[in-house]
Amino acid sequence: MSTLEIKDLHVSIDTEQGTKEILKGVSLTIRTGETHAIMGPNGSGKSTLASTIAGHPRYNVTSGTITLDGEDVLAMSVDERARAGLFLAMQYPVEVPGVSMTNFLRTAKTAIDGEAPKLRTWTKDVKAAMAQLRIDADFTQRNVNEGFSGGEKKRVEILQLELFKPKFAILDETDSGLDVDALKVVSEGVNRAHGEGNMGTLLITHYTRILRYIKPDFVHVFVDGQVVEEGGPELADRLEDEGYDRYATGAGAATIAAASAAAQA
Amino acid sequence: MTDITTEKARIGAPSAQPFINGFTEEGESLSPLNAAESKAPLAGEAVKRHSHGGGVGVPDSSRAGRLTSYKLADFKPLTGMEEDWRFTPLKRLRGLHTEVLTGAAPAVSVTAPDSVRVETVGRDDRRIGSAAIPEDRVSANAWENFAEATVITVPSEVEVEGEVSVLLTGQGTEASAQHVVIVAERFSKSVVVLDHQGTAVVSENIEILVEEGAQLTVISLQEWNDDAVHASSQQAKLGRDAKFKHIVVSLGGDLVRVTPSARFTAPGAEVELFGLYFADAGQHLEQRLFVDHAVANCKSNVLYKGALQGRNAHTVWVGDVLIRKEAEGTDTYEANRNLVLTDGARADSVPNLEIETGLIAGAGHASATGRFDDQHLFYLMARGIPEEVARRLVVRGFLNEIIQKINVPAIEERLTDAVERELAATNH
Repeated sequence: MSTLEIKDLHVSIDTEQGTKEILKGVSLTIRTGETHAIMGPNGSGKSTLASTIAGHPRYNVTSGTITLDGEDVLAMSVDERARAGLFLAMQYPVEVPGVSMTNFLRTAKTAIDGEAPKLRTWTKDVKAAMAQLRIDADFTQRNVNEGFSGGEKKRVEILQLELFKPKFAILDETDSGLDVDALKVVSEGVNRAHGEGNMGTLLITHYTRILRYIKPDFVHVFVDGQVVEEGGPELADRLEDEGYDRYATGAGAATIAAASAAAQA
Repeated sequence: MTDITTEKARIGAPSAQPFINGFTEEGESLSPLNAAESKAPLAGEAVKRHSHGGGVGVPDSSRAGRLTSYKLADFKPLTGMEEDWRFTPLKRLRGLHTEVLTGAAPAVSVTAPDSVRVETVGRDDRRIGSAAIPEDRVSANAWENFAEATVITVPSEVEVEGEVSVLLTGQGTEASAQHVVIVAERFSKSVVVLDHQGTAVVSENIEILVEEGAQLTVISLQEWNDDAVHASSQQAKLGRDAKFKHIVVSLGGDLVRVTPSARFTAPGAEVELFGLYFADAGQHLEQRLFVDHAVANCKSNVLYKGALQGRNAHTVWVGDVLIRKEAEGTDTYEANRNLVLTDGARADSVPNLEIETGLIAGAGHASATGRFDDQHLFYLMARGIPEEVARRLVVRGFLNEIIQKINVPAIEERLTDAVERELAATNH
């Protein structure tokens, strides 16, 4: 049983216009076996949260903490975080020229486990996982993400999720740009990984569509760098019907009206 | 066979017959230096009289029109403005283009099975000039000044087990001239490794004759010391159904400029030209190749890959492929890929494809220069891979494509280690 705890997290980025605060005090606790959905309009800071947890150098944590079972995640380098059990399925997976998928997957698995996987079972595991995600076998010979379509990239992210078996998976808009079939395939992959019972999931999405396939235990609504509403899966249903407009029009908490006013200023 | 057009199609070179004098499809041609009708003594017809390459009426902008001559005096002193020298820092040639090359040439030591003939011959040997003719001043300078030549002959129908190893060890920094002739006689099969080591300032001519039906691989390794300067013209002439594979690996040296060429003289021949280079801070590694499809139904395939790291690391790749009017049925492809690992490095890449007939099987060229950027690093590290490992993974994978083509296990291993050493140097 593991716990990923985010406390009063403030994050800013450097822009040409100066420093801009994106996350304004986010607190969130995820435990093994739980699925949390983070929803919100574009620009609300959802992806910033994901990238910050993974340690992307662009994001500066100005205050607050992230801990994994009490260990200070913010003190870890990007690769240390991954080895500690955090996995970020990226919104825009990067093409890495010159590195074959086979080589990449084996190197990453070796780094994460601290020992090389047994060759025979590993090859079999990779094959089986690829087949379930309907990824062509010849992808292993291709360079990481190079020339993959948007949908293929997302499937390969979930392939890694299934193979690396992290303690916590952060899915950054994995559903965006997927057609219904691909969405189902990807969701099944996440559900398989989650179903093994050793993982907590943080699902970041703009749309409620993916929540038909991946059932969240908790839903957090993000607006302007803060969680403005939290609830169970029923909150997602409400968002499906009403969208995010009611937060922007000030029908929510007073802070949102203020935040939205500030955003328009 | 595709019949695209019967008109002359050119990519990367101005048209031979402009509709308006002084104009090409690329715009106004301001330089009168190369104009065929110029009456200057060293331009136009005067030059072409010496030329064994093109001839009157072929513009110098075409690769076919380049001056070729055994005489140094036929080549004008270099200014650095010449098309084929514009990327080369002449100051660092250490006299290869200006001095009489009297220094001691790198010592040649050949290890070969008994079936291979190895001779040291004088300038008047009949095989000298059988496959090559200088195409630039530095090469001509070596041709005029070499004292003796090494001739390696793989006799007819001999299939050599293992490789012929030619170790060339630099003898110091006095400008010198070297000459090597490799003859692969009819239906022979062999691998020759030219292994350049030590410190030298040398202009080298390598003549390679690949006779009818012969299969020859030549691997030229430049693992010089940091202060070496090396210009190497490596020209191959291919007979009917010959198969020639040429691999250039440039890792060490202050300035290394290799100019390989392959000329088809009869149908059915195939060449593969591969290259790998890794430039560190301050190094200049240049490769300019020429594939001359002068006859029908030949194939060529070119792939050069380079990595660069450190301030003022500079690589140059120029690939000239010429498909002459007679060369129907040609199939050719050339590509160059560069990976820039740090700021402050520069990769120049110029693929030139000239096509004078549309009746070809295929012709293509490609060039891409990319950065090893922070996004790659972040992605790999986000999967638990430590930074150093991530960096090596990318570069090793990138260069391995060429190393794998060598097929000599001992050399593959040596080069893999050499690449690892280059990478280890990044972290300092």
